[in-house]
Amino acid sequence: MPSIQNSPLKTYLDHLSRGELAYQFSPEAGRAVFYPRVICPFTGSAKLEWRVSKGLGTVYATTVVHPAEGKPFNVALIDCDEGFRLMSRVEDIAPEAVRIGQRVRFRVHTPSGDDPYPVFTPAEGA
Amino acid sequence: MDGLKRGSAAIVGVAESDLGQVADGMSVVDLMAQGTRRALDDCGLSLKDIDGLFCATAQSRLSVLGLAEYLGIDPKFIGSTIVGGSSFEFHVAHAMGAIALGLCNVALIAYGSTQRTIGRKQASMREVNPYETPFKPFLPSSAYALAASRHMHQFGTTREQLAAVAVAARQWALLNPAAWEKKPLSIADVLSSRMVSYPFTVRDCCLVTDGGGAIIVTSAERAKSLKKPPAYVLGCGHSVTHANITSMPDLTATGALTSGKAAYAMAGLGPADIDAVELYDAFTINTILFLEDLGFCKKGEGGAFVSDGRIAPGGSLAVNTNGGGLSYCHPGMYGLLLLIEAVRQLRGECGARQVKDCEVAMAHGNGGVLSSQATVILGAPATL
Repeated sequence: MPSIQNSPLKTYLDHLSRGELAYQFSPEAGRAVFYPRVICPFTGSAKLEWRVSKGLGTVYATTVVHPAEGKPFNVALIDCDEGFRLMSRVEDIAPEAVRIGQRVRFRVHTPSGDDPYPVFTPAEGA
Repeated sequence: MDGLKRGSAAIVGVAESDLGQVADGMSVVDLMAQGTRRALDDCGLSLKDIDGLFCATAQSRLSVLGLAEYLGIDPKFIGSTIVGGSSFEFHVAHAMGAIALGLCNVALIAYGSTQRTIGRKQASMREVNPYETPFKPFLPSSAYALAASRHMHQFGTTREQLAAVAVAARQWALLNPAAWEKKPLSIADVLSSRMVSYPFTVRDCCLVTDGGGAIIVTSAERAKSLKKPPAYVLGCGHSVTHANITSMPDLTATGALTSGKAAYAMAGLGPADIDAVELYDAFTINTILFLEDLGFCKKGEGGAFVSDGRIAPGGSLAVNTNGGGLSYCHPGMYGLLLLIEAVRQLRGECGARQVKDCEVAMAHGNGGVLSSQATVILGAPATL
């Protein structure tokens, strides 16, 4: 295995900064891999391809966090159509209105002075 | 567990350290040592008999060294597997294996936490996960809440059914003089408490207390001559399925399926043989998931199973008889206290909460965010 020039996290964040939700695909396993890694958890192979998601997914699980200070917010697990799951939140609707099975679409959130991360918005009919 | 022989080792001494809120300035090793002294007194062994040393705590990076130093011993065998609250159920299997191989003969397993005194933030190292931390899940609660959301969605489990777990735990706790909580709790109380991470209110979540303790494991041969009836290790099993909740394959199916199966196979027993069931109830959903995955009811039926007092004192199955992490004590990594209660039930030492004719008891540990599961089945001498 050759030495690594870009960490899996750096490649992922570079995609996000271009507005893309990237994931890995293991050709030997024939399935998506997420979070990004240096070897495939299904085969042990170092052969992993980077792909860009179409950005559509379904809410797998959801909760509303009630912080000691500040407003309640959503935390959800999203199953993307390409077959990988990630943690995120659904925005543009009330946190308690997020439903398991709901279709959602990816967009990038860029906090000031911090790394970008993927969030989702409702995508009825998508 | 393959390679371990049913009944070849036994837990012979058990003790809690001080619990709840301990004296200012107490260290985690002070609590481990206090538990050790009491556990030695419980079985009649002395410090010089200990040649195997196991411990785990979130508050000390090299805790087994700290404990060996404190006790003034250079043990022949050490183990400090740390996989969250189930660590001590793992330690029992590891101690059993080490004893069978002759690597040690008397193993001490200890735990201590001062998380209430020093505050939860100080008690555990904060870890950043770039794929989860940005979303600010309130961990571990939110991870278990996500699992609960799936269970409610797939099986129709209700918040009232989750609350029934907390109410049953409280009823048991009221029978345990050592329990932190002293007042009755109703389903309405649980539902109307402060919301933490939906569907959990603070009453669906375990306590944040100090505490710890120690247990002593030795060979079946040596166990026979000690002070109290041995609690033989009949079965062990474990499973690690993920570290972070995002990577848990199915949020309604835990590693207890695997750990339970292995423990039952080794013990030659099934769910119907278990008289007292001590499950790691970090959150109310845990009890439901583990009752299902350990075969006490069918998958999806856990909500109904825990309702109407069925796991409360006088119910059809004795579950979490000390009051559990929800109402008795939860010092961060609670798994050692499950083993202590299981042993005491087998010995008939539990007073008002004693399960009648208790011959087989289970301690099922959970760690991380449903990540590590370990099942230990213990039996009274008649079960050998």
